Amino acid sequence: MSKEQETRLLRILEQNGRIDTEVLAKMLDEDEETVIQTIKRLEDEHVILSYAAVINWNKVEQESQVAAMIDVKVTPQRGVGFDEVANRIQRFPEVSALYLMSGTYDLSVMVEGQTMEGVARFVSDKLSTLDAVLSTTTHFRLKKYKHDGIVFGEDEKDRRMVVSP
Amino acid sequence: MSMTAKQTNHRLSKAVTSIEPSGIRKFFELASTMEDCISLGVGEPDFVTPWSVREACMTSLEQGYTAYTANAGLLELRMAISDYMEDAFDVTYRPEEEIIVTVGASEAIDLAVRATVDPGDEVLVVTPSFVSYSPLITLAGATPVPVLTDSSTNFKLTAERLEEAITERSRAIILSFPNNPTGAVMTKAELEVVAHVIQKHDLLVFSDEIYAELSYDEPHTAFSSIKDMKDRTILINGFSKAFAMTGWRLGFVCAPNDITEAMLKIHQYSLMCAPTQAQHGALEALRSGGDEVKKMVESYYSRRNYIVNSLNEIGLSCHMPGGSFYAFPSIEATGMDDQTFAEKLLLEEKVAVVPGSVFGEGGEGHVRCSYATGMKQLQTAVERIERFVKRHTKTNPPS
Repeated sequence: MSKEQETRLLRILEQNGRIDTEVLAKMLDEDEETVIQTIKRLEDEHVILSYAAVINWNKVEQESQVAAMIDVKVTPQRGVGFDEVANRIQRFPEVSALYLMSGTYDLSVMVEGQTMEGVARFVSDKLSTLDAVLSTTTHFRLKKYKHDGIVFGEDEKDRRMVVSP
Repeated sequence: MSMTAKQTNHRLSKAVTSIEPSGIRKFFELASTMEDCISLGVGEPDFVTPWSVREACMTSLEQGYTAYTANAGLLELRMAISDYMEDAFDVTYRPEEEIIVTVGASEAIDLAVRATVDPGDEVLVVTPSFVSYSPLITLAGATPVPVLTDSSTNFKLTAERLEEAITERSRAIILSFPNNPTGAVMTKAELEVVAHVIQKHDLLVFSDEIYAELSYDEPHTAFSSIKDMKDRTILINGFSKAFAMTGWRLGFVCAPNDITEAMLKIHQYSLMCAPTQAQHGALEALRSGGDEVKKMVESYYSRRNYIVNSLNEIGLSCHMPGGSFYAFPSIEATGMDDQTFAEKLLLEEKVAVVPGSVFGEGGEGHVRCSYATGMKQLQTAVERIERFVKRHTKTNPPS
């Protein structure tokens, strides 16, 4: 499979990780065995890391979650830059995402927990106490409108006439 | 019913009485009453117009751009169109003299025909093709003459077929590649062969290139980019299909100045100018819509592959269309004619397709399946069509 086709395959999987390989093969105009082998290789090479669902937890009772984005300023360390402190932070199970940023702070830490207190405790007990951490600013997420390109709530309806020239 | 009305209603002109309403309307009426119907009958993108374009239109309203524009359209927009044509298709048109912004590509076709043909002239129409061409030619008092394409050439126009159809009254030809309903595209080399015949017989060319952006396997060739063709070509394009802007009704036409002057007379007396808001939206589409177009094209591409491979597997043989967003399978395997097939498929399996014969000669025995529909819908449609075809295909005894 060409590199171009491989990128196509990944784009389709990114949109729908549960797609049937038979359908996928038809979409790519390749045979199914080639598609299966390619996916397996991409998994082995850790190009494909996992297949996840995007879930609107608000619709699931008693599964409310709080999430916060924490701007963290840190002191980079000689030889390893930001990587060592990032490595320490990402190991906490509360951390769902971690990015190195340009701008007024260094690390953006996404934290998810059951309660606001839980998140606050994580910040004060675990994060702020790390030697390299200079300061933190915590923003709690109030509502999810769009996530990973997917709109939460009502999307636009198909308003086309059923048959047209 | 319409026949008797036609014969007795003296209030109507002979010209309008001589044309039939589009065959698509009947299917629309039938399909629109059905619940849970999956439609592959839609001739427009399933995407909503990109947000930045909608936003630009709203801003233009907020800022009070509600007056007429110049007859030929906002000069700024014509300049953007000129740049776009140069960048995308390597043809140069002067914004002040050679471009008119129209109310959809449909108006552009009408203008082209009315500005150049006289009663008694023949206009060649490559068929199967878009439903408007022949009626518009008839309304202009001229005679449409079909030039057939068929599956043996993947619905491409050949020089032989064209030669056969030309008479001393032939005045012009309507080309429409990428084609609705067949999805056929023509390569530069193939167009050059046809151009040679066109040159020999001194024909004008109305080239409807509304699906130009939706060419999947090779870049689109604008007919006027072919050597010696620019001076005899009226190039028609628009925003509907590429930018998902069908309801905005905005197209444009590029032609030599003597022809745009003539078209502009008709346009200014019948329409004045294309809607101002739509023109502001279109300007934004040309400035920033490129990435969105790419995404949409990529999505059509994989859906095309899916539906064509599926139809062939089901036993409805279908060439791989190079452009537009239609698959045009033969339904020969079922032994039905295309009208019956489409009607039964709709009633029995609630899938709407358009019978090929509504697109003129050569369309019979085929149906048009639009793949401008979400993958989930397409998959369900394929399942239903498969069930339908299995039920209606006589199994051949093993040989």
